[in-house]
Amino acid sequence: MRQMVSFKDLPEEELFLAGSTACQGCPSSLALRIAFKALGSNTILIVVASCTSVLQGSYPLSAIDLPLMNVAFATGGASASGVVAGIKAMAKKGELDEEPTVLVWAGDGGTYDIGIQSLSGAAERGTDFIYVCYNNEMYSNTGTQRSGATPLGAWTTTTPGGKAQHRKDIAQIMIAHRIPYVATVSLAHPLDFYQKMLKAKSIKGTKYVEILAPCPPGWKFPSSQMIEVSRMAVQSGMWLLYEHEDGETRFTGATKRMIEGKVRKKPVKDYLEIQGRFRQILASPEGQKAEDMLEEEVSESIRRLQGWVPEYI
Amino acid sequence: MRVLETGNHLVALAANAAAVEVVPAYPITPQTQIIEMVAELIVEGKMDAEYIPVESEHSACAALVSASLTGARAFSATSAHGLAYMHEMLHFAAGIRVPAVMVNVNRALGPGWNIWCDHQDSISQRDTGWLQVYVSSHQEVVDTVIQAYRITEDHSVLLPLMLNLDAFVLSHTYMDADVPDREEVSRYLPGYRPLWKLDPRKPVTHGSVVYPVDFSETRESMQLGQDNARSVVSRAAEEFRDVFGRWHGAMVDGYLMEDAEFLIVAMGSIAAESKVAVDGLRARGKSVGLLRVRFFRPFPIEELRELCAGREGLLVIDRDYSYGMEGALYTEVKAALYGHQVVPARSLIVGLGGRDVTHELIADYACKAWDGQLGEITWGDSHITRAHEITREVLCEFEELLDT
Repeated sequence: MRQMVSFKDLPEEELFLAGSTACQGCPSSLALRIAFKALGSNTILIVVASCTSVLQGSYPLSAIDLPLMNVAFATGGASASGVVAGIKAMAKKGELDEEPTVLVWAGDGGTYDIGIQSLSGAAERGTDFIYVCYNNEMYSNTGTQRSGATPLGAWTTTTPGGKAQHRKDIAQIMIAHRIPYVATVSLAHPLDFYQKMLKAKSIKGTKYVEILAPCPPGWKFPSSQMIEVSRMAVQSGMWLLYEHEDGETRFTGATKRMIEGKVRKKPVKDYLEIQGRFRQILASPEGQKAEDMLEEEVSESIRRLQGWVPEYI
Repeated sequence: MRVLETGNHLVALAANAAAVEVVPAYPITPQTQIIEMVAELIVEGKMDAEYIPVESEHSACAALVSASLTGARAFSATSAHGLAYMHEMLHFAAGIRVPAVMVNVNRALGPGWNIWCDHQDSISQRDTGWLQVYVSSHQEVVDTVIQAYRITEDHSVLLPLMLNLDAFVLSHTYMDADVPDREEVSRYLPGYRPLWKLDPRKPVTHGSVVYPVDFSETRESMQLGQDNARSVVSRAAEEFRDVFGRWHGAMVDGYLMEDAEFLIVAMGSIAAESKVAVDGLRARGKSVGLLRVRFFRPFPIEELRELCAGREGLLVIDRDYSYGMEGALYTEVKAALYGHQVVPARSLIVGLGGRDVTHELIADYACKAWDGQLGEITWGDSHITRAHEITREVLCEFEELLDT
């Protein structure tokens, strides 16, 4: 059992400084702030090309008080392998007192799509680092195009009629790499996020943490509603909170209470209706079908996490 | 220590002598022997480096860049399609100013699949900001790997270096060479002292967004690094000669150039073959010399202006082609001389995809060029084979299909 923490336990030190150029209600900047509090200043940050490359501020200013390397879109995992090897070399020469934590921060485009090879390679090599994917389910930085994380039915500029395919389940792909720790987190549950980052820091090897990052301009909801949308994603089951450790998957927090029947699961429709990106599909003749398919996706995801093996395998 | 080894194995031994600390690499023919030997040396405890078996060349170059940015001496090796796959990261390495060194074993780019030597791979990366050196002997492979870090790590340069050696001609042939040990090398090449690095004690952001108002100067500073490299290359070669007693030239190398009325200009192993051609021509009373371009980036502009002055003609040999224009070395030589020296020059394209280039062929074309018998560009070893004839026949059949 992990210890209970309260907001009072979070370090006061801010490594995500004022002056960032993020949009109002940006989930990545809040997530960075919480992650940095968990990891501390002895951290090397690798930012994969994404909104975070932009929101950190522009040359010569930076809102991030950590050694930071911005890297090319497809290179999150490989860049971490290089930094970790470099750190080992520096440690051998006695040039480092304490080996820093290596953190990669990437969006869903840099994780699900263009960066999956590099991430997979680093995980297979067992590179000792934390990979955080802040998943806003689209290419927000380039103006909201579809990604492999975009859910069925969602509008993006490249799925103007709503996406016809399901999103992929990358956390499960990472579990299949037999890495020691995989966790999903939500900004509506910051202490759960904080604790999972602390745990990731304490484990050797490749750790994968994924945050659902509702993007106000991309998902078309008021910027004041980012936490509410995050919460509803969990309550509807469209975002499941769990961690995978020592070969076992455990639901956590609000999702655990929902699975145990202590809290009633809300319909996916409630989640779809508080955002603009599903407006078209819901209003179309395909609306009910899309809603049903997403409900089925949620049920299937839960069954899979509970160890269910589909018959067609 | 004198050893009898392949060019590839000499690369690995030299990288070890240069005390490299991180080696991310992905296998590709004809580079594989290099990284196999690095892996073996590490397992045998003879090399103290971190080997990263990456899953692609794009990742190899990404890890090369990030390892170097932590302050470690980083090394990699690749070839042809691997180098092409790295293209984005080659720009990244130069733009973020890391002094990494990478060996490229020069191989043709497909299709059609061809694992043999030409310079198309590295020439296609001309404008990435990397320093490029082309070597022509086994001993030069060893000595240039060691010199490379002296050049890149100089704080007035801080640009990555690509060391090019010809596939099979150098990479897979055995020659004896002297490989100095780490102790000897450390007197010439001290440990890397990074000007900046990823350090939690001094948090700095690398590679952030740069607006138009600041951008151009970052690129101008890369050119400044290239310009500074000219004198650093010469100093590195001279000090190497002082310590180890060997000389392979600096920006350029020459053979019987002083009194030559006509010069062959070439890079890599064709330059070595050209020495034999020069000997043959001299025996026939022809005053020919060789100007070997060693560094292609930075390009030896001043050296060419000085060394080509007063010659009756040049034959520039390219093992590459810039489609829609001409051989890349030919372009560069002319550009260096333009407005400074008036020397007739002819271009010879030979040795693509590993076709053998003999000293007889080089000598023959040098004579023809000097005698004014060559057009401006000559595809020197062009011939029609049975395979080409079959292709024509098949094309004719396709044409007939179109007509029916």
